[in-house]
Amino acid sequence: MKTPVAPPSRAEERRQTRVLLTIVVVAIGLAVATLAGFNLRSHTLFNSNSTVEKTSGGVVKARSHAPVPDTAPEPAIASEKAPTAKAPTPGLSKVQVAQTGDAATNPAPPPTAAELVVPPASDAIPAGPFGEVVRRGEQIFLNTRVNAPAFVGNSLNCVNCHLDAGRKADSAPMWGAWPMYPAYRSKTKHVDTFAERLRGCFTYSMNGTPPPFGDDVLVALEAYSYWMSKGAPAGKGLPGAGFAKLPEPEKEADGARGQAVFQAHCALCHGADGQGQRVGDTQVFPPLWGPQSYNWGAGMHNVDTAAAFIQANMPLGKGGSLGVQDSWDVARFINSHERPQDPRFTGDVTETREKFHNSKQSLYGLRVNGQLLGSKAH
Amino acid sequence: MLTFSFHSLHNALRCSGVAAFGLSLSVAALAQGANNAVGERIAREGLPPRVAACIGCHGAGGEGSAGFPPLAGSGKAYLFAQLEAFASGARKHAVMGPIAQALDTAQRTSVAAWFAALPAPLTQTKEAPATPSDRGAWLAARGRWQDGVPACAQCHGPGGVGVPPNFPPIGGLSAAYMQAQVEAWQAGTRPPGPLGLMESVAKHLNADDISAVAAYYAKLHAAPATAKAQP
Repeated sequence: MKTPVAPPSRAEERRQTRVLLTIVVVAIGLAVATLAGFNLRSHTLFNSNSTVEKTSGGVVKARSHAPVPDTAPEPAIASEKAPTAKAPTPGLSKVQVAQTGDAATNPAPPPTAAELVVPPASDAIPAGPFGEVVRRGEQIFLNTRVNAPAFVGNSLNCVNCHLDAGRKADSAPMWGAWPMYPAYRSKTKHVDTFAERLRGCFTYSMNGTPPPFGDDVLVALEAYSYWMSKGAPAGKGLPGAGFAKLPEPEKEADGARGQAVFQAHCALCHGADGQGQRVGDTQVFPPLWGPQSYNWGAGMHNVDTAAAFIQANMPLGKGGSLGVQDSWDVARFINSHERPQDPRFTGDVTETREKFHNSKQSLYGLRVNGQLLGSKAH
Repeated sequence: MLTFSFHSLHNALRCSGVAAFGLSLSVAALAQGANNAVGERIAREGLPPRVAACIGCHGAGGEGSAGFPPLAGSGKAYLFAQLEAFASGARKHAVMGPIAQALDTAQRTSVAAWFAALPAPLTQTKEAPATPSDRGAWLAARGRWQDGVPACAQCHGPGGVGVPPNFPPIGGLSAAYMQAQVEAWQAGTRPPGPLGLMESVAKHLNADDISAVAAYYAKLHAAPATAKAQP
């Protein structure tokens, strides 16, 4: 026997309609709010990018038209990022970021969880032929002089500037660089692939010979960078990529003040003569100038790039402890010393400066303490 | 929280004061030069009755033993700074405190110089690439950057053999000694060291880290002897 279902009363129908309407309204409200939030974030990112388009690898079109000095830091591997987007350190909690960050350089709230990029754990390198090449890239990265001797012309290793084997935010991490290529670079005046960018590191920072395209060394470094960038969005320009751009110093950077900063905070490891320290065959602390350091064409020879690296990362393990002014001063002091010649040297320092170093961040071709920098390059 | 912050600030000020004072003192003292004969006599015979012979505990060649850190392989600046800290009480140690106090500045300089000139007990050993599952090897070679901890080797050299004059060897230290130092830095009973580098690292290390690193180095430096013993 069927139990007849009583038709809903009019009052009940009205109540159901009200409930349905409420649900719809709330749903629409949530959808609008979500979209608005997304737009807001996109807008913020867009603005951030536009503030650094002069040097960021993120906006190729803008960069190619921007008044970039030829010696501007390279995109992504050694570019600055938006000053409003303080980098998260992969693996760090926001609390830890806040503790180690410098309030003067970190005016913006930490990025949202969605913006955090954490490279895969070091033990996540897969087994098999691909993983083997990634591991080789990692070992080249850590000990470049031993594992890629044919291409290195000084005492440096990749990891000296790209801390934590190229994983650390604000230390030009590979996960920040790899997704930004191919990119037009004012330094080379053409669109560089990531492999070409890596070759640039060997030419300038390592003062060596770039590995040929397709060389095992280059492929291993590409594989390592690609592996580390898993999940990183292509072309977006991530917080933590490159070196965190520092605010301009209150007083113009000064080498004499910088020398005092150097003696107090740097000489312990890098030596009073800036030549680093060795144990046997191992260069434990890298030389900062002189014949065994990066050459006059390296991004790090620019005062702003060095200041940014130093403030975020030096002394080792105490990044963020030096003040903004001190960082600029000591960067200027370090980069006021002779180092290996720019491989693009035309035979004339003044002409080379005009062609490749026409920037206030480069001291090449300028007279500092009576010495024409670049004229006695190693 | 407020109390904690105040305490930290106080500590920071005190430590930087101590460090600055220590540095100026070391520069002055080291400039006086060391007397090798004086250093050797203190090391080998002590200055009875208050100063025992250093080699009695630290080994005839300053090589150290399970309970006592090696002195050979450390730089003069490091050893002298430790003697100064023991004497002032900035580094608290029941045995070393009175010994260091019984030496004057010239004697501390001399004995530091004598040990610093001895051949280092550790030699650089080839290390296999570290894997993350080997915690000790990983901390030694790679650090733990998510906590801002650099690799041991980045300051103490490959295999922890030390980088004189300021970075002592840690490769031969026992876990107990390392752990005691880490706890001393955490408690502020050992000076923060140059630039406060090790104090800031110590805040992020725990007992498991220490025993893993000590075990790694012990194995690393035992390996060549074993290899030589094999036909």
